[in-house]
Amino acid sequence: MKTLALLLIATTPVFGQVPYERIRDAASEPESWLTYSGTYGAQRYSTLDLIDRNNIAHLQPAWIYQTRSLQKFEVSPLVADGVMYISEPPSDATALDLRTGRPIWRYRRSLPQGIVTCCGQVNRGVALLDDQVFLGTVDAHLVALDAETGHVRWDIEVADYSMGYSITVAPLALKDKIIVGIAGGEYGIRGFLDAYDPTTGERLWRFWTVPGPGEPGHETWSGDSWMRGGAPTWVTGAYDPELDLLYWGTGNPGPDFIGEVRLGDNLFSESLIALDPDTGELQWYFQFLPHDIHDYDSTQVPVLVDTLFQGKARKLLLFPNRNGFYYALDRVTGEFLLGTPFARQTWALGLDDDGRPIEDPTTIPSADGARVYPDDDGAANWYSPTYSPQTGLIYQNVREKGGIYYLADATYEPGRIYMGASRRVVPGEDPQGFLRALDAVTGERVWEIELQSPPWAGLMTTAGGVVFSGTMEGDFFAADARTGDVLWRFQTGGAVYANPITYLSEGRQFVAIAAGNALITFALEP
Amino acid sequence: MTRTVIQWVVLFWASVFLTAPAHAGTQPEAFDQGRRLYESQCGSCHGPQGNGGTGANLARPRLRRATDDQALFTIIRRGIPGTEMPGSPLTPSQVSSIATYVKILGRVPPENVVGDRAGGEALYQRLDCGRCHTLRGQGGALGPRLDDIGARRSAAHLRQALLDPEAVVPTGFLQLRVVTSEGRVLTGVRVNEDTFSLQFRDLSGQFFSFWKDELDRVDKLWGRSPMPSYGTRVTDTQTDDLIAYLITLGEAP
Repeated sequence: MKTLALLLIATTPVFGQVPYERIRDAASEPESWLTYSGTYGAQRYSTLDLIDRNNIAHLQPAWIYQTRSLQKFEVSPLVADGVMYISEPPSDATALDLRTGRPIWRYRRSLPQGIVTCCGQVNRGVALLDDQVFLGTVDAHLVALDAETGHVRWDIEVADYSMGYSITVAPLALKDKIIVGIAGGEYGIRGFLDAYDPTTGERLWRFWTVPGPGEPGHETWSGDSWMRGGAPTWVTGAYDPELDLLYWGTGNPGPDFIGEVRLGDNLFSESLIALDPDTGELQWYFQFLPHDIHDYDSTQVPVLVDTLFQGKARKLLLFPNRNGFYYALDRVTGEFLLGTPFARQTWALGLDDDGRPIEDPTTIPSADGARVYPDDDGAANWYSPTYSPQTGLIYQNVREKGGIYYLADATYEPGRIYMGASRRVVPGEDPQGFLRALDAVTGERVWEIELQSPPWAGLMTTAGGVVFSGTMEGDFFAADARTGDVLWRFQTGGAVYANPITYLSEGRQFVAIAAGNALITFALEP
Repeated sequence: MTRTVIQWVVLFWASVFLTAPAHAGTQPEAFDQGRRLYESQCGSCHGPQGNGGTGANLARPRLRRATDDQALFTIIRRGIPGTEMPGSPLTPSQVSSIATYVKILGRVPPENVVGDRAGGEALYQRLDCGRCHTLRGQGGALGPRLDDIGARRSAAHLRQALLDPEAVVPTGFLQLRVVTSEGRVLTGVRVNEDTFSLQFRDLSGQFFSFWKDELDRVDKLWGRSPMPSYGTRVTDTQTDDLIAYLITLGEAP
């Protein structure tokens, strides 16, 4: 009888009651994956170790879920209580039975014509809180779904999609708020970060990443350029419950490549902002790249790590930036501690003592074309890094690819592209990709794996001593996190544009990754 | 004068008369914008002067798919589904300026293709070009398929490909030299590659599949081609004949 009861618990989905406390303590519940990056600290590290260096060679596919969309499948799934919650492009959500991969419910959104997105109608995942699932949509709505049925609880407009706004980011659920960012930095939007009441959908605050008249930082925009200043917030941030600070990266100023029309530092574009989650008030900021004219975006996942830094215990925020520099900040104060290149970059001659870049003017887009490394896809991008406390290393998939930028006209029209340059590939050059492991406190490279081409896959480490990665050619693979030796690989048949996750199901450890148009789970033979 | 050349001349003059009014009002500034956009957005596939590459040769009076102004605009805007031609995020006015520039690219004098088409076809067989190239379903895969080469490449490009193939190695045909862990050395053309595996066709056309840990080294021979130069193998007249033949391949009937 006892056995039967246990079996029932193990095999019956108990639809998500995922209170804030579970998400806050997610590190002690590694059988689930409750928030975008695994924990609020966003290390994308799991303490699960059933799959380890010694047995990983036996990892095999368990089930595969096929999405019906041909758009890039960028989801980072969530797992709670026997259910996997995914988003599917363009703006759908599905609950899957964790045992079988069969859908329990589907939310299918009808979208209007005329949505503009720079890089595909994609979505990177949902948020869970209590008994609801939260989904941002490419028509710039935020939707709350019943976690058990997929029925819509509320559906609110975050911004006007016809003005170039869209949502591709996975929302972040805090104690009593849903935080959601916005995309549209190529369309002359004015960026912001929002907080919504999970029960009613009421907006609780909005932090404009481009300050309006009278607000601090407004003076860093010439004329009325702030109205179209960009600085989107399209990658999920991190949260420190002890400090009660919300961390979020911001994107490029607009127009992307023309600086003359927006003279000044263009705060708070290309920055890491730390907000009080109760009020949305700015506590500190660090601008990686004042007055960017290369469309680098600083919208990576901030990784929160407590460790010794130059002999002193520090609360760090680690940030391998799309601009090619690896940064360490003090996340209590925002103090700049370290900035060092982790990839080929030519736009900066270096950083000064405050971390402000000394830019190379020959790389500024011009009528005759200016060559720069990296190109605007960056040395990194939205896909996640990972930090392993076992190794003290931070891992980053790295793109080494240049571009030649020709200035073009940029006339602002609502909802139209507003960039100001076009890109050509560097002729005769073979772009390169790497998985690199960096010492988290020095940024020095410890090892690397050369990939076939610049990747778009995120990373995950586990207590089994492995790091998972993917490639554009469809490889999903795992390497020894200490040495970089490849221990296991699987050809998925589709490019990996997603982050891996791991969880337990019926006592077995699984790893899941989206590749091509499929979500694939892997486990050891039972 | 072959039938082909006559056709070209007729088409050329027809196109000048038919399209001249559209150009009459072209402002230098608009032309400049079209050129800049073309060079940055289109040139890497269609060639900086429009004379083809991965994409179609545009430096010709009549385009196979873009048969009128509206079709040209639509193709630039939306791309061609099922091909490598993508749609574009540009504004309608930017698309228009590219279209105008593409039409100007087409206002080139017809290429002087003086060779004898039938002679070229016979030569294609005699030189065994089909050992590496496929035409109408027959032939090898070491080099590009030639069914529509006349639509994608200019006569000047074809001449260069025959006389100095390594100056214009087509994309997707990277030559490799691999050494297996048993010490076997193979040279050929890459079929596919990922981080962990390599598919490869040697110069005899034989296909190989390797895991990279079965290989000691892989050298990418950028700018090298298995195609020999025909400059010393055929006469100038024969080269002209081959070009006269190849330029007709893929012509709209």
